[in-house]
Amino acid sequence: MLLYRPQASPLHATRAGVAALWALALTAAALLLYHPLALGALVLAILLAGRGAGVGRELTRALRTAAIVALPIVLVNVLVAREGLTVFARLGDLGPFGQGDLTVEALVYGAVIALKVTVLILLAALASLAIDPDALLRICRRLSFRSALTASLAVRMLPLLAADAQRLADAQRTRPGGAPGGARARAAVLGAVVAGSLDRAMDVAATLEVRGFAGAPRAPRLHRPWSRHDLAFLASAAAVLALALLGRLAGLASFTAYPLLHAPLGAGLLALCAALVLVIALPFCDRRGVET
Amino acid sequence: MSAPILSIKNLTYHYPGAQRPALEDVTLAIDPGELCLLAGMSGHGKSTLLRAAAGLVPHFHGGRFAGRVTLAGLDTREHGPGRLGALAGSVFQDPETQLVMGSVRAELALALETRGHSSAAVARGVEEVALALGIDHLLERPTHQLSGGEQQRVALAAALAGRPPLLLLDEPTSQLDPVAGDELIGLLRRLNQEWDTTIVLAEHRLERCLVCADRVIALCDGRVAHDGEPRAFLEWAAAEAPALQTPGAKMLALAGLRPAPVGVKQARATLRRHGLLPADPHTPADPLTPADPPTPAQDPSLQATAARPSRRSRRTKVPPALRLRGVWHELHRGPAILRGVELRVEPGESLALMGRNGAGKSTLLRHAAGLLEPTRGRIERAGRIALLLQNPGDYFLHDRLDREASPRALADAGLAAMAERNPRDLSGGERQRLALAIVTDTQQEQPAVLALDEPTRGMDRLAKAQLAAELRGRAERGQAVIVATHDPEFACACATRAVLLADGRVIADGPASELLAGGWYFATETARILGGAAGALTPGQGAELLADRAAALRAPPEATPAPRAPVEAAR
Repeated sequence: MLLYRPQASPLHATRAGVAALWALALTAAALLLYHPLALGALVLAILLAGRGAGVGRELTRALRTAAIVALPIVLVNVLVAREGLTVFARLGDLGPFGQGDLTVEALVYGAVIALKVTVLILLAALASLAIDPDALLRICRRLSFRSALTASLAVRMLPLLAADAQRLADAQRTRPGGAPGGARARAAVLGAVVAGSLDRAMDVAATLEVRGFAGAPRAPRLHRPWSRHDLAFLASAAAVLALALLGRLAGLASFTAYPLLHAPLGAGLLALCAALVLVIALPFCDRRGVET
Repeated sequence: MSAPILSIKNLTYHYPGAQRPALEDVTLAIDPGELCLLAGMSGHGKSTLLRAAAGLVPHFHGGRFAGRVTLAGLDTREHGPGRLGALAGSVFQDPETQLVMGSVRAELALALETRGHSSAAVARGVEEVALALGIDHLLERPTHQLSGGEQQRVALAAALAGRPPLLLLDEPTSQLDPVAGDELIGLLRRLNQEWDTTIVLAEHRLERCLVCADRVIALCDGRVAHDGEPRAFLEWAAAEAPALQTPGAKMLALAGLRPAPVGVKQARATLRRHGLLPADPHTPADPLTPADPPTPAQDPSLQATAARPSRRSRRTKVPPALRLRGVWHELHRGPAILRGVELRVEPGESLALMGRNGAGKSTLLRHAAGLLEPTRGRIERAGRIALLLQNPGDYFLHDRLDREASPRALADAGLAAMAERNPRDLSGGERQRLALAIVTDTQQEQPAVLALDEPTRGMDRLAKAQLAAELRGRAERGQAVIVATHDPEFACACATRAVLLADGRVIADGPASELLAGGWYFATETARILGGAAGALTPGQGAELLADRAAALRAPPEATPAPRAPVEAAR
């Protein structure tokens, strides 16, 4: 499970609000840019960032998951899109779906969308691994205490419920003759898991009651001095956003798929990609003040 | 005289739909600074009383409530648990359900934020309570990575963060190993003495905390059966509720020695006064015991706990019920949980598996039962291994007992009369018996080994005694029994052999009577009282030994062997 784990890294040492802004800036860049090279640069930069945050192995696993999601996107787009002009395979008349002409443009556009999805999956994984959800939800608690606390509880309870289900499955395996099979038996196990989680919910509710959850006021604002990492990631977020806007508005990373592919490779694009990788990875180079 | 911090007057309470009251006409007052122990069997009202003090009864649980409970002058009928929580911190039995945030720091901060403290006060309060409870090194740790003992400490810290004047604890040590349990009790004692925190503590293992209590309130069927100082409580328990006696008090009472001892120190002082222990604790020759521990042949009272199969029987061709040969369990990209464990369990042998939380006891049992496969090593089994996991509720899938186990199994477990009841309505001891009936319910051959993982969590002494008798009976019928437990008294009562695990390795393996006698933590109270040299004895065995020694001391000089003359000794 991709759960937050404290690590000695600049991203972990950054306040949650800034780290979330940085992740949002990268998300915006992924949504603004369409050129495959720019998106590839983002994938590379995020993988480097994951390495810098000490979660490189987990991001590699997330990349595999992203590949599983990306492949159907490419396949569906190439089968569904009818806008390209360069046909590389003809499937003939598909009745109500029209002519089954597969085009290079649809294939490439599908790959670009898949690349975008990959960037978003990697970013989500990096954020959930490296940004403290408690600190993040604490910010949300200033807006809506109960909703944020409910979200905190859900995050906290996920591994517990998974452990409950595992325990119950183990208990059933120790019955003479092994775990009972069949749909009815599975429903009974599911019922027991639900009953157990309701029992647990009652205990948690009692704990929250005595901690004063019912009358809790708005969470106070925490006064915390800005660290070098807060400033570095804030600057990085601003730079990423600026580069993405520049690439989009100045046409440095222009890309059109239909009707014919247009993805010019120029010095400007290469510089943009290098700059993106640099500004994303740079904050990870300064490891001063990182707790070990 | 100061006003009581907690006052209960004529409290009678019924849970919703219940015919019998959980609490009946309870009247008591607890003064500031007291450390008060709540004693009683399971289901006799301890938890309900704590919940009434915290305001959860009736606000959270509903039901019928009569009488009056005031906490620092606030009537609990008029103020909810949220308001009362600022005055009374609560710690419940299961630490997992008391941690609601992802990190320890956030957990402690939440307790203060919900009370409306400023950010500076929150930051300061978190640091202070963490330092006071020695958990400052855990502040950045995720709560789901904490051990049971650490979780309980964090839950205690969260309850204490707002510095409430009263602390209510419901069996906080029931899931902890002896070391963590003693640490927690020591911590409570410090809080009481240094912070003047009033503490109300419900516990089954009274020997652990009686020595630091100012007062004991015993509940029986929801009524206050006794309210007095610890020594008076023990005198009362000896006459009225033997199941509530501590092992040490029971041993001395059976031996006819008074007064009832509150802890090991007082028991030893009593024995010394009667000449049954040397006056100087460093005197090597203890008149109670010979230089070497008595053998079962010398002392018939030891025969019950020293019946380990002889070497000769091991050399016979009878295959072991279970054999682990160099078993390793190594986590993928993680530590090794078991490290080359060698263990041989004979049919009819009863073995107690002991060690701290995380030592590898549960993992070893799971390997024995085939729930896990060793990463290295081999396991040989003479037949099926029936494993009873820690939480008996995990076995219950249906809403009636007779759908969980066969009529014969229910009858064997003494549950035939409850066949139509819902398993979740049973008491702790009954649930344990039902789960045991489920895992051993088979028409074919009985399991070769019965393995139980922490079967006494939250059980009272009577239920433990019944379970120990059941396990002894199974061992006598030839079944090997392995019990992973934190409770040395229970281990001594049900096992002939003990194995101590630490960091996934077997660090000690021997007769339970020897192994549970010499340690600081993994030793019975009777062994600690008797100095350990006589072995780990049940209170009855200890009393017999004391009676024999007292008789020997009373006997006329000619009846005892005369000291050998120096010349004779020299020869």
